[in-house]
Amino acid sequence: MMENLLDVENLWVKFPTRQGVFDAVRGVSFSLGRERLGIVGESGSGKSMTGRAILRLIRSPGIVAADHINLDGVDLLKKTEKEMRAVRGRRISMVMQDPKFSLNPVTTIGDQIIEAYRLHNKTSKSEAYAKAIEMLNAVSIRDAERVMRAYPHEMSGGMGQRIMIAMMLIPNPEILIADEPTSALDVSVQRQVLDIMDGLVKERGMGLIFISHDLNLVADFCDRVLIMYAGRIVEVCEANKLHEAKHSYTRGLLNSLPRLDAPRDRLEVLKRDPAWSEAPSVSGRV
Amino acid sequence: MNMLEIENLDVWFGTARNRVEAVKAAIFDVAQGESFGLVGESGSGKSTILRAITGLAPNWSGRITVQQTALTKKRPKAFFKTVQMVFQDPYASLHPRHSVDQVLGETLHLHGFKQIDARVVKLLDDVGLGQKFRFRYPHQLSGGQRQRVAIARALAPEPALLLLDEPTSALDVSVQAEILNLLADLRQEHKLTYLMVSHDLSVVGHMCDRLAVMKDGEIVEIMDVAALQRMEATHPYAQHLLQASI
Repeated sequence: MMENLLDVENLWVKFPTRQGVFDAVRGVSFSLGRERLGIVGESGSGKSMTGRAILRLIRSPGIVAADHINLDGVDLLKKTEKEMRAVRGRRISMVMQDPKFSLNPVTTIGDQIIEAYRLHNKTSKSEAYAKAIEMLNAVSIRDAERVMRAYPHEMSGGMGQRIMIAMMLIPNPEILIADEPTSALDVSVQRQVLDIMDGLVKERGMGLIFISHDLNLVADFCDRVLIMYAGRIVEVCEANKLHEAKHSYTRGLLNSLPRLDAPRDRLEVLKRDPAWSEAPSVSGRV
Repeated sequence: MNMLEIENLDVWFGTARNRVEAVKAAIFDVAQGESFGLVGESGSGKSTILRAITGLAPNWSGRITVQQTALTKKRPKAFFKTVQMVFQDPYASLHPRHSVDQVLGETLHLHGFKQIDARVVKLLDDVGLGQKFRFRYPHQLSGGQRQRVAIARALAPEPALLLLDEPTSALDVSVQAEILNLLADLRQEHKLTYLMVSHDLSVVGHMCDRLAVMKDGEIVEIMDVAALQRMEATHPYAQHLLQASI
């Protein structure tokens, strides 16, 4: 039996609008052990919202409701905003999709990493500097000293994303939520960033929630996959068995991909079945 | 007959110390009715080639020939009737305060078409959108619908060569399949020639007849799709790219 780091039961995310309440996430339950859990789905399926809701990053008027979101048996929803700040970054951290929007454009990269480290650890500046260099080396950045002095716009997309990962891992969190960490990157760089993340997760025994729309990537990289559609989990499966998935939505997504080894004249177009969004959410708990 | 011929194309940005050679001595040609792919990582200069052809990257040297006419610095009006481009991000390439009708109507007007009203209707039908989308604004459309509008706009002057700059990389896989099918249909219907840029080898493998692999501004290999499907790349970088995308 694997120990559970995180346990989410019946999570809802709602946004009141003029046309009534919009449910972005509708009653999702899952648990996370020391594993790599993938969440896949199209845009608008609620996968990013699930990740954000765990860290309580959804701002008003958005509403997060759940029976519980337990981190080591403690309900995150019962914490005050101040207590949450001690959770974010230190215990659960998140890598966002686009490094261009998640780094401060007017501060050097070094200052930002040092700030992230010193916020969680009471150390001297020089110690934090050494730690930052060590972290940049850990994510395979050559010439770390120059990068420390550089500004975000001087970095390529792949470098920026690796810097984000370094920054998120520096407080040594137990859980890392990665929201489309590689979709802004090239295939060749993608592989590199994933390998780095994989190594760090294994080495430190972290839990990883990997949010992506790329089915092949998730099948390759994760241990277990949740497939989301219209705010609900429609299927849960082992990642290496994703290609044998049964749900017609998952099958439709898989078949709509062009493949090098099986060329076709026309790609299959997903035919949406209203029953998919009506069916109750499948539990992703172990 | 070749639709497009590129000979010794160099494209650069900046001057003196800051000069960056984005494309170095590119040579390839695209036959009439062919679909040609350009692949490579970001910064390899694949989009820059498209931009040099359309005139969006003004600093270039070498020879670009479209339908047997060599291009000069100033493009004639007929050029824009022959060559059109579809951009990567449908969220950024449509004017946020122009309705679909205005976008298509303006393009048709600039190219001197008559019966604009009937043509707008025809264009929307061609890309599978239909009448009810005619007076909508971009924010009322999904990503896939926006990309269809962008394709309709490119088709408006009845071009022969369509330049596609990562037309589906901002879209979901399910929507990507719809757009790729649409592009394949349109190519057959209008006898179009495609020059398509993508970082996704399987998309290029599906859409194109031949492709060029680029690295650091240079074309390292040109091969046909059958060779790609058999994984027969000769250049080490092309092999590496193939391996990464499986």
